[in-house]
Amino acid sequence: MGEVTELKGQQPACQTDDGAGATCACAAAGGLEDLYSVPVDRRVMVIGGGICGITAAIDLGNADYRVVMVERLPSVGGRMLQLSETFPTLDCAQCTLTPRTVESGQHPHVTLKTCCEVVGLSGEPGNFRVRVRQNKTYVDWSKCTGCGTCIQKCPTKSYALFERDAGRMTAIYTLSPQAVPNKPVIDADRCRYLTKGKCGVCAKVCPVDAIDYEQQESYFEVEVGAIIVATGFDVYDWKTKMPELGGGRLPDVIDGLTFERYLSASGPTAGRMVRPSDGVEPKEIVFIQCAGSRNPELHKSYCSKVCCMYTAKHARLYKHKVHDGQVYIFYIDIRSTGKGYEQFIQQSVSEEGIIYLRGRAAKVFQEGKKIMVQGADTLTGKKIEIAADLVVVAAALVPNEGAEELAEILGLTCNKDGFFVEEDYKLSPVDSGSRGIFIAGCCQGIKDIADTVAQGSAAASKAQVFLSTIRRQKKQAV
Amino acid sequence: MKYSYYPGCTSHSTAIEYIEASLAVLQALGIELQELPDWSCCGAASAHNLSSTLALGLSAFNIAEAEKLGADLVIPCAGCFNNLARADYALRHDEQKRRELEELLGFTYSGKVAMLSVVDLIADPRWREQIKALVKKPLQGLKVVCYYGCAVVRPAEITGVDDVENPRRLDELMIALGAEVIDWSCKVDCCGGDLGLTHPDKATVLVNGIVDYAVAAGADCLVTSCALCQANVDIRQQRLPIMYFTELMAEAFQVGDRARWWKKHFNDPAGLF
Repeated sequence: MGEVTELKGQQPACQTDDGAGATCACAAAGGLEDLYSVPVDRRVMVIGGGICGITAAIDLGNADYRVVMVERLPSVGGRMLQLSETFPTLDCAQCTLTPRTVESGQHPHVTLKTCCEVVGLSGEPGNFRVRVRQNKTYVDWSKCTGCGTCIQKCPTKSYALFERDAGRMTAIYTLSPQAVPNKPVIDADRCRYLTKGKCGVCAKVCPVDAIDYEQQESYFEVEVGAIIVATGFDVYDWKTKMPELGGGRLPDVIDGLTFERYLSASGPTAGRMVRPSDGVEPKEIVFIQCAGSRNPELHKSYCSKVCCMYTAKHARLYKHKVHDGQVYIFYIDIRSTGKGYEQFIQQSVSEEGIIYLRGRAAKVFQEGKKIMVQGADTLTGKKIEIAADLVVVAAALVPNEGAEELAEILGLTCNKDGFFVEEDYKLSPVDSGSRGIFIAGCCQGIKDIADTVAQGSAAASKAQVFLSTIRRQKKQAV
Repeated sequence: MKYSYYPGCTSHSTAIEYIEASLAVLQALGIELQELPDWSCCGAASAHNLSSTLALGLSAFNIAEAEKLGADLVIPCAGCFNNLARADYALRHDEQKRRELEELLGFTYSGKVAMLSVVDLIADPRWREQIKALVKKPLQGLKVVCYYGCAVVRPAEITGVDDVENPRRLDELMIALGAEVIDWSCKVDCCGGDLGLTHPDKATVLVNGIVDYAVAAGADCLVTSCALCQANVDIRQQRLPIMYFTELMAEAFQVGDRARWWKKHFNDPAGLF
């Protein structure tokens, strides 16, 4: 083994896009002083700032390791940030998540690098050199105080991926009122100034002159001993792949994640239950489970695991908001294998009056203001047709966008569905097979929050085991 | 542009108007067709119930005939198209089946001849400008719903349809003619054509469902490319003319003996124009 790389206090190399210039103009490469206060075998990079990555980062930080967390979005929190309440306890996702996001932001040993993406890897296990791209935010975060005036004054309000179909967002935004870090970014595709050259309101109102329309993306490199990959999941593109569900063409057919935004108190409707087309409170809702999951011929062969539970949760949360509403759930079979999960399902049926129909919905179409759902009830053998006000599709969950590219960069293997392959599913579930790189959470396979958090901690623990092995080997080599 | 051509039995019976309209439209487009000299039955709806080899063999025989002519094969009848495309798929992808059929028919499959429905042929964007140029009488104000049925749609890997659940090729053609195409929800529903003789009551229920939605959508007529759909949906209701897409093209181009075709319909479309 090679000698200990002593990098204490050293700044990482930082380059601009064209590869020239040794001095760093971006704020991104700054703030790594804490990381570099220890040898490389005590530093870990966590890729992905969802609940999994946050858990791993906090665990490692508490164990006196130094962590740099790289997140593609402007703030940490991941998918959980989009959720309303979580099963099986129905506690508020924001309320349970926010203490963790805040802790990751304030932890003395955790450095957040948001709006950043990993683009290259060199070095060796125990001494990786990771190249990171700092994407454009158009806001100089070193000046920004997070006052939010720019967001209040932004005249553009349009579709934003984070709110899905539930609502619109200003072009300069933070992902939530409790965003960590609480600094806004500009969506270049929607910003009036950046698309049409007119507006500039945010720059005018910013009291500290932090808006920078000319900002360029930049690159920096970080040296770490181990890497934890926790890049999470996305929703299957059911709108284009499943036209039989009317995806994209019928506004009142939405997916589960969109429904979360409607339910969420911090969502665009502040938790008010309305439907997209006319803002009317839906009185009859149909949920369609296994949309794209468990369908090897046409879509994904695997079970997306969390949909049975979140659909039951959706149904209950809806009933709590619309007491006289009626819920129908099309299901294949109910998979409720977690602790307290089956009881949750039973309660949904017996206490909340939710009607489960065993069968697949075959066709969804508009008739007047209603969404007609045709399907079969395979228990009675009858064809059913329900006139619904809103249809919620529990679409399959897939690895997050860019997972395959990241696998290529890091030398990981993906299975045919794009999930990272672990060394051994049962005995080494968070080892990636590449030494020093660990995988955790939904990027390894779809799982619920409880399992995700467990894997985050497991990955943190395995990273420590790996780095202490490296240290021992180095000592023996001396 | 030269193609080989498989008429199928409906061209001599229930779908004479479809074939005449199709030939008139293709002629107007300068597409030359050469009829297979010795074509046989495609197996229709009955052969595959008896024997898969018989069904594939009958269609493969016609593919072999087309290979002799060496030009892509145009098959107007949706049922024939599905059968021939199915046989072609088997010849192309199933090594064992191919050898069996080659031995049975004494030919060597080259795979160089494509199976095309008339929709495949002329819905191709390269014909679009020419079609627009040929329109003498735009179908302005004519509200149509396009109905695809099953035979030209499923299974997708065999038919090569653009979208199994929401096909759009007929819609695009109708738009090119100036018609007002209405989006509706029964594009690929079953009309019950195969049940027409055995369970006519069930077919009637299915047909009524489709026509209900077409009428509710505000359509003046329903447009199809399938002879069985046309016959089945036409004879079981008195509310809506059921048109072949090439009949409407011929009307827009002002070609062919249209007045004679309209008489072949149970629901007279003459009032539409």
